[in-house]
Amino acid sequence: MRRHPGELVWSAVIWTAVAFFVVNLLAMIGSVVVNSFGTRWFNSWLPSGWTTRWYTLAWDEFQLPAILWVTVEVVGAVVVLSGLIGVPAAYAMARRNFPGKQAVMLLFLLPLLVPPITYGIPLATVLYQAGLAGTIWGVILANLVPTVPFVVLIMIPFVEQIDPRVEHAARVFGARTTGLFTRVLVPLLTPGILAALLLVLVRTIAMFELTFLTAGPTSQTLVVALYYAVFAAGVRPGQSIDAMAVVYMVTTLVWLLIALRFVNPSQIVARAKR
Amino acid sequence: MSAALDKTLRWRLRERGLDGVTLLVLPGVLCVLALFFYPFLYGLFLSFAPKQGGWMANYARFFSDPFLYDTIGTTLLLAVPVTLLNVVLSVPVALRVRLLHRQRLLTTILVVPITLGTVLVAEGLLTYLGPRGWLNRALMEFGLTTAPVRLIHNYWGVMLSLFITGFPFTFLLTLSYVTGIDPSLEQAGAVLGTRARGRFFRILLPLLAPGLAVTLALAFVQAFSVFPSAILLGAPAGPTRVISIAAYQAAFEQYDYPMASAIAMIMAAVQVVIVAALLGARSLVFRGPASTGKG
Repeated sequence: MRRHPGELVWSAVIWTAVAFFVVNLLAMIGSVVVNSFGTRWFNSWLPSGWTTRWYTLAWDEFQLPAILWVTVEVVGAVVVLSGLIGVPAAYAMARRNFPGKQAVMLLFLLPLLVPPITYGIPLATVLYQAGLAGTIWGVILANLVPTVPFVVLIMIPFVEQIDPRVEHAARVFGARTTGLFTRVLVPLLTPGILAALLLVLVRTIAMFELTFLTAGPTSQTLVVALYYAVFAAGVRPGQSIDAMAVVYMVTTLVWLLIALRFVNPSQIVARAKR
Repeated sequence: MSAALDKTLRWRLRERGLDGVTLLVLPGVLCVLALFFYPFLYGLFLSFAPKQGGWMANYARFFSDPFLYDTIGTTLLLAVPVTLLNVVLSVPVALRVRLLHRQRLLTTILVVPITLGTVLVAEGLLTYLGPRGWLNRALMEFGLTTAPVRLIHNYWGVMLSLFITGFPFTFLLTLSYVTGIDPSLEQAGAVLGTRARGRFFRILLPLLAPGLAVTLALAFVQAFSVFPSAILLGAPAGPTRVISIAAYQAAFEQYDYPMASAIAMIMAAVQVVIVAALLGARSLVFRGPASTGKG
């Protein structure tokens, strides 16, 4: 295809727009990082001096060790449980045709399509009545709503790739379903499970709405604590809030980078597509 | 006798695809039923059991109190423009990026704001767009403005936060649809002498339309459920008092769970109506893209 001059202009316009977006995005992240290391930042491009004391302040004032520990517990439990529930369900969905399969598929799709704040409020109401909201278990249960279907939908194509004859062979040699899973399927599915669980991990660290609606003072994860810190801005120095934001960003982005070794960025978004 | 019966029953169930392996789907199904489906139904029933008044009292109160029903308009005023903007901008950018061999760096950068989430973007924008932030400083340096532009704690702050997390989402989704189009179709158009504009409107857009309808629907639903940035970056008492704030306040400030459930149901209903309209329009207008290609 020969390039028409108009197309070159058009192409330049588009790349300028993309560059403008990316520059603003990086500047937004950059200003949080710079602010968290600055002593005083008033009418100038950069702060007048550099310090790391906001991090020690945030560490003590926001009780970061406790919050980080809750985050680890919640995320760990959600990853393990959604793997244990989601992978076998995906296997059944990929291998069997049963009556009502389409309804089950719809049931798994809906929690991914309906935004968390819409179903989060009725869910929090139910969890409060069950006495679970405000506890770490309430937070974990609420977070399973989007992650279990997410694991199922990601894992179905991975299961379908496996040659069923491998399973038949294992059955012929006397493997039961448990043995089939631990000795044959899980080793073969490792790349898919790793990808799915890493994405669950990143999504759970960043899941604000569900955790916010169900967490009590002792079951806040990092992102909810960050929200409360920003919400009550003015109580504490802005730099220490940004220090906390940097801690949150580093936690999320490290896992995102690890996850991106196994998945394509567009897969993170295109998950809801059939 | 009963063992034999048991065996035939088992065999007949297996014929229909129901055996031990099928049962593995049960924990997942129960999980979604108990934590998603049941709370939704419970909320629906609860919304018809108001603290005071008849069974429709919550809905009557919502639609008679402007402080409550205005939130629908406020939310639509934020969600509709930003969704359209995101999708309209995503299409040309995705069509251009499609030709790029190394898309990975760009897609990785764009997936960052989605991953970080709205709370962090809100905090970042508070610093970046603030009166002493880099953006206002740059605007004044270039002489575009003499006084700082007010971009936070109002409509524009929320709008920009929806744009910065929403555009990457629509773009990546559109890109996955665009890369699914066979490039030889467009080449055929070019060989037959169709200019870029014609190729876009007569070949690419009709093929892309079904995917764009889905993208629009997903992007709208996300923007309509805006919550943390409307509080942190907006003016939650006035111009950005979105519907999720009203639901949250009913539940956690007034402890009126029936009312909160009613607002959540109204929120879901608005989303369903708009999504159904979008997907309905898709099946009406674009029934069989190939039929228009012959002319």
